[in-house]
Order: sequence, then structure tokens, then C-alpha cells
Amino acid sequence: MNEAERLVDLIPRLRRYARALVGDRAAADDLVQDTLERAWAKLHLYRQGTDLRAWLFTVMHNVHVNRVRATRPMETLEDEMPELAQRPAQGDGLLVRDLDRAIARLPADQRAVLLLVTLEEMSYEDVARALAIPIGTVMSRLSRAREKLRLMMLGQAAAAKLKVVK
Amino acid sequence: MSEVQITESELQAYTDGRLDAERGAAVEAWLAARPDQAERITEYRRIAEELRATYDPVLDEPVPARLTRALSARTRWPRYAAVAAWFAIGIAIGGIAGWQLHEARPRAPLTADVGAVMAHRAAIAHATYSPEVRHPVEVGADQEAHLVAWLSKRLGAPLRAPKLDAAGYSLVGGRLLPGDNGPVAHFMYQSNQGTRITLYVRTEAVGNRETAFRYAKEGNVRVFYWVDRKLGYALSSAEIGKDDLFKVANAVYQQLNP
Repeated sequence: MNEAERLVDLIPRLRRYARALVGDRAAADDLVQDTLERAWAKLHLYRQGTDLRAWLFTVMHNVHVNRVRATRPMETLEDEMPELAQRPAQGDGLLVRDLDRAIARLPADQRAVLLLVTLEEMSYEDVARALAIPIGTVMSRLSRAREKLRLMMLGQAAAAKLKVVK
Repeated sequence: MSEVQITESELQAYTDGRLDAERGAAVEAWLAARPDQAERITEYRRIAEELRATYDPVLDEPVPARLTRALSARTRWPRYAAVAAWFAIGIAIGGIAGWQLHEARPRAPLTADVGAVMAHRAAIAHATYSPEVRHPVEVGADQEAHLVAWLSKRLGAPLRAPKLDAAGYSLVGGRLLPGDNGPVAHFMYQSNQGTRITLYVRTEAVGNRETAFRYAKEGNVRVFYWVDRKLGYALSSAEIGKDDLFKVANAVYQQLNP
């Protein structure tokens, strides 16, 4: 099986991750398309015998980060992005029960770690490599992402944050 | 039980089912004594299940054609360089030859004059690569034998890099490009003054035999092109005049047809 075929086989997984990462279906497929084009053009940088999937997700991460930077210069990818930097979905009021919205509200870096671990079932080492961060950072982001999601699903975080506004 | 140390990282790994049996059992014992922590981990697992249930169906969706097209061979042609070349060429022929590099599926050119399309491709390749200072070619003239053997193999036809020293040009090297009929060989030459010309060589569909020299100008790139049996040639330069380029084209032709 050549690389092109192996890349084709990985497209559904890229799409799943992208959908969870950016939410919107068309935007997610745009991200996948950019990723595939970049991967295809940069295939000579892929080292034979290493994990093509991990390499591909690295490419996707880089493409995504560049796109976010290009389109939203104000949004940082800092570890601790303010929780309300993401626009609150209209009418969600105090309770964020919808998983999609809760995911969207996670800081971008924590979201990436959580999705790679949970959806891709990638090893922590591979996640560290794909995102170019130390493994300790993977674990702390994973921990924080899960705890934030849990609180959001309980509605507590949203309630606490929005009470003043209401 | 208080002497057993369980880290947060281990709790995460336990959540993901990634601890070995021994540590897994230790975490379970630890959680058994801490219902609030156990509840937290249970909730993490429940959310993970919900995540997978929400997004796993994407795996079964049909893949849009535009995504598989992104992996077709032609897009490996440096797309952004091509677009830049468009602007470098700087003229509005967008409606004429049809910009087909963005078309993912190989197909016959739209125009009847196949040679003109080749000239167009050659002009773009020239505009793209001739300004390169550091990476004008993939394989340099110091490895000429290897270069020619490699390109011959990829085109499936015996090629030669003509010697143009008599015309004042020496070989810089060459590269492989994607083309309409398959791989294309691209040789670059340079004069003492630094002016560059490129020779674009592609295989021709059976049926084309020989043609006279033809001339095209795309922006500031001048191109002489011709077909000789199984190979099509296009010689391009943005820096020398038509007459001088014609002389070089003649020299190329003579060399290849002794």
C-alpha cells in the first residue's frame, strides 16, 4: 500500500477529529482538505517507517494553528484562555449541557489533547509529539480539559461565570 | 491505604484504561475509599463515551470527493508557486488556455493546440524556477549523468541535456515536474551574466510527429516550442530577446538531432 492509499484510509479519522475540533462541518472539511494538500506536498518530509497517522495529525495541528492565527488574530492559543473568549452560544443561558458547545468552550489546546486521546485513542507520547509539547503538559491539559467539561456538563461553571451578567 | 500514592496523571491514565493491571488495581482500591473521586472519574468516562458516540458516526460518512482529490498526483505540483508564477507572468490570459492545474483529474487540454498548452506550462515553470537563487534545481550539473538517467527513467524515454556552451550557456541542473502526459523534465541553463533559460521536455501522445518551431510570449517569458517524435520541447527565457532565444533553440535542436 503506497502512501497515497494510506492517506486516503486516514481521511475519515481526520474528519472525525476536525469535526470535533472546529464544530462546523464545512469548516472541518476545509481543514481536512488543507491538511491533505499540505501533507501531500510535504510527503518527502515524512520519514518512512514512522507512524504516518501521528505525522498526519501533526500536519493537521500545524495547519489548524496557522489558520486560527490567520483568521482570529486576537485569539491566543495560550494554555489558559479566558473561558468566555469563545462566543457563548445564543440562548444557552446558565446551563451548558450540549456536549458540542461544551467542547467548543474548552481552551483550544486542551480541546486538542482531549480529542486526540479520546477520539483517536492516541498514546500520550504520540499526542505530545503531534502537538510538540512535553508529555507532562499533555497530562495536565487532559486533566484540566476533563474537569472543565465535567463542570460545564454539570452547569456549574457556566452558572458561576454568567451570574453577574444576568 | 493512605500510604499508596496515586497521581492525577495515573487517574487520567486509569480513565483511559491505560494502566497495567497492578497500578489499575491500586487506583481502584484508592477510589473505593474516595466516593467523590470515584464519581469524578466515572463522569470523565461517561463524557468520553458521549464524545465517541457524538463524533464516531463521522467515520461512516462518505468522504467528499474534494478530499480525495487533494491527494491526486497533480496537486503535488507546487500550487502556491504556480499561483505566484501567474502573477509573475503578469498578464490576463486566464480565459485563454484555462488554468488546469487546479483541476484534479487528468484530462485532455481544452484547447486544440496541444503545443500552445505546453508552451504555457513551460512559461509558468520558467517563471517559477528561474528566479530561484538557492534552489533553482533539484539535481545540479555536477551530477549530470545521474540527473539525465533519473529523468530519462521517469519520462520513460532516453533524454539528453544538450550542451549549450557554444551559445554561452552552461547547465545548472534539472528537476522533475508533473505534466499533462506524465512527468516532465526541466533543465536549467545559465550564462556568465546570470541570465537563465529553461528547457522543458515532455513525452508526447502517440500521433504527434514533428512540428516546426513555434513561438509564444506569455507576459515577459518568451518560448520556442516544437515536437520531435515522442518528445515535446519548450525553451523559455524572460531575459533574452526572441532572436537570441531562437539561436539557442536551434542549437538545442541540432544537438538532439545530430
